[in-house]
Amino acid sequence: MMGNRALVLAAFLLLPLPLAAQETGNEDPAGKVVYDRWCAGCHGTDGRGEGPGALTMLPRPRDFTRALYQVRTTGSGELPTDDDIMHVINVGMPGTAMPGWEDLLSSQERESLVTYLKSMSRFFNSTPPPAQLEFSNAPRVSDARIAEGAEIYEQVECSKCHGRAGRADGTSAPTQKDGSDLPIYPANLTQNWRFNGGGTVEDIYRILRTGLDGTPMASFSDLIDAGVITDDQFWSLAHYVRSLSPEEPPRIREVITAADVGEGELPTSPTDERWETVDKFYIPLVGQIVVKPRWFNPRVQNLWVQALHDSADVAMLVSWSDPSRSPDEEWAPFAQRIVETMGPKDKGSTWAPGAPDQLVVQFPLTLPTGMERPYFLQGDARRPAYMWSWRSDHDRAVEMVARGLGTGQEQPASSQQVSAEATWADGEWRVLFRRSLATPDSTADLQLPRATVVPVAFQAWDGNNGEAGNQAAVSTWYFLALEESVPITVFITPLAAFLLTAVLGLVVVTRAQRREEEMPGRN
Amino acid sequence: MLEIPGNRGLVAFSSVLALIAGCGGGEASSGAASGDQPAAGAVVEHPVDAATAGSVSGTVTFAGDVPAPAAIDMADEPSCQEETGGNAVRENVVVGSGGELANVFVYVKEGLDSSLEFPAGDPVVLDQRGCTYRPHIVGLSMGQLLTVRNSDDVLHNINATPTENRGFNRSQPQVGMEFQTSFPTPEVMIPVRCDVHGWMDAYVGVTPHPYHAVSDADGMFAMDRLPPGDYVLEAWHELYGTATQSVTVEQGGMTSVTFEFNETMAGRPVPMGPVLVVDHATGTMLRTTPRL
Repeated sequence: MMGNRALVLAAFLLLPLPLAAQETGNEDPAGKVVYDRWCAGCHGTDGRGEGPGALTMLPRPRDFTRALYQVRTTGSGELPTDDDIMHVINVGMPGTAMPGWEDLLSSQERESLVTYLKSMSRFFNSTPPPAQLEFSNAPRVSDARIAEGAEIYEQVECSKCHGRAGRADGTSAPTQKDGSDLPIYPANLTQNWRFNGGGTVEDIYRILRTGLDGTPMASFSDLIDAGVITDDQFWSLAHYVRSLSPEEPPRIREVITAADVGEGELPTSPTDERWETVDKFYIPLVGQIVVKPRWFNPRVQNLWVQALHDSADVAMLVSWSDPSRSPDEEWAPFAQRIVETMGPKDKGSTWAPGAPDQLVVQFPLTLPTGMERPYFLQGDARRPAYMWSWRSDHDRAVEMVARGLGTGQEQPASSQQVSAEATWADGEWRVLFRRSLATPDSTADLQLPRATVVPVAFQAWDGNNGEAGNQAAVSTWYFLALEESVPITVFITPLAAFLLTAVLGLVVVTRAQRREEEMPGRN
Repeated sequence: MLEIPGNRGLVAFSSVLALIAGCGGGEASSGAASGDQPAAGAVVEHPVDAATAGSVSGTVTFAGDVPAPAAIDMADEPSCQEETGGNAVRENVVVGSGGELANVFVYVKEGLDSSLEFPAGDPVVLDQRGCTYRPHIVGLSMGQLLTVRNSDDVLHNINATPTENRGFNRSQPQVGMEFQTSFPTPEVMIPVRCDVHGWMDAYVGVTPHPYHAVSDADGMFAMDRLPPGDYVLEAWHELYGTATQSVTVEQGGMTSVTFEFNETMAGRPVPMGPVLVVDHATGTMLRTTPRL
């Protein structure tokens, strides 16, 4: 017994030394240099995901000590392969603050980084290399496949979180939390360019098979063994999910053109079918991080803008994904959690339960003669902003004039000229603004001239995401161009000239040919 | 399933040496995820002589104002609402009319000879029925199989988030689906939740031996076939934290013990994670097994 104790004692005395050796055994000094320089700012020098930048981010940076990796080719709860880790380093995590490093770090640097990241978790020391799941190849997409995928989407209840139309508005969405109990959003399946883990059909298939560890997204691989759906049907589901997003990520165009409907009528409803054929302009938004309290977690990531005019009025339809119609009691606890999570960085949130969704369409009060536009955050004292402000709780829009963020003053009721009609369905707001191009109060309102471009910018709030006051999503300046309608004769005259020439030419040629035929003796 | 080469239940110093050597790796983290691990102790005979063993039984009580159980709104899941009669409540505090506290995980924390090697025992079922985990608190020995079953015809995901073991997050969108898994490292407790139904949670306690129990609706728990000796028992509750008691088990004796929780314990940190154990056989304090 005494011998035993002595041995134990000896073992304990020796403990720190070999343990330390073990923990540093896999450390790659080159990897540490790269990590400390490029990664520690967010992920922390100790790898716990608590670097100085972390508090501005949701989802938070990964905690490498837990070895929970979202993007893997291995089963749920398994460690990633080295290639899996390298893949994320290379391409980053779309929809999060994690950029890709493929062009910024040498392959040697990135490889040493993989080794170093693995040294941060004891799980990599003690567990053999994980086995990759067997993935089949993507079959060709077809309408039948997409239709089958749509059925499976309902059958396995993807809509519980991701919503019927994929806009993250499922009934379970408001209670989602990640592996650190922080609030998290289901993916908006209509925006595959922001998918955490990639937006190709292969990425979607892989995510369905492996889940995203550390998030509520579970692995669905068990469904194959259980005979619920086949591996091939996983591809149908993946193709269906892929089909919810555009073929290509939307391009940003600086000028929003409003076509002239001529003698036609402007649509009066945001759900008018005619909007489906009107050009859509993609406007990305970012958090307002200039004026305190800043907002690092904007829910409205982008808007789509469509516009038409009939020479008297302009109609502008702004639509965007928003999983809920604020205020909504079901979402109040979620908003509270967001405020608590983001609050420590910038205190002073003015959010309170009942906060609405809001949209501001912002113009300069007077058309700038040169390049200088008002400050993009609702102008300043010298160059005020003229705004159309819509709120979900009032369900109407008002004209305002602002001289700086949050200073907007509503114009008197007698001079309100803008109207708005809004609908919310399946996680999407559609707000249709309408105003006459020229208004009676020409000094208080921006007059909208044709044949010139008008600066326009947008701001959006999701009340159920803890957003109020300065804490909003904002865009930079864009331009609105009211297209001049072209008289129909402009198109008809050249067409008529072309037709006449063709007909005359044809006559001449035919005659010549006939004459040839009538002279048989010529050969 | 983590296994130290040669022998699972090693004496203290060799455990420590194994830890130092860093050869904790057995066959894989897949134990938690793949679920096809045979229980390593399946062939092991129970090492405690039933004739000389004693037992511990007792009750867990709650003193003070009993918080009203929070109602669960299952309106979005009609089949679950029907299954639970439409009056489901959270199970985080279940107190009987006489102050009996249910859902307390009680286990032998200290005093057991860690060289003892136990059979893993029969698989334990964690069922999902009426959008409720049944049972709410699960006790497992390390390596013992856990069968996770869906008896609802709705989508559940089973999201286990341990710190000492590898977790998993697996979907069961159809009635009758099940998988088996096990945890190779002791951990009290492992949270389990369903992200589809925010109210669904359960806790799994994994101990290096079979001496664990969960208090029932009468606040009662019992552990049989304990070798005679001095032990420290710990009782764990998800809201009220932990309480410990020292007990002595006599040969063939029945030791009775009472744990009392009270309302002032609410809100204090609930310990989660590794199990630290004093091995009375050697007089040293150590983790029960090297971590994964």
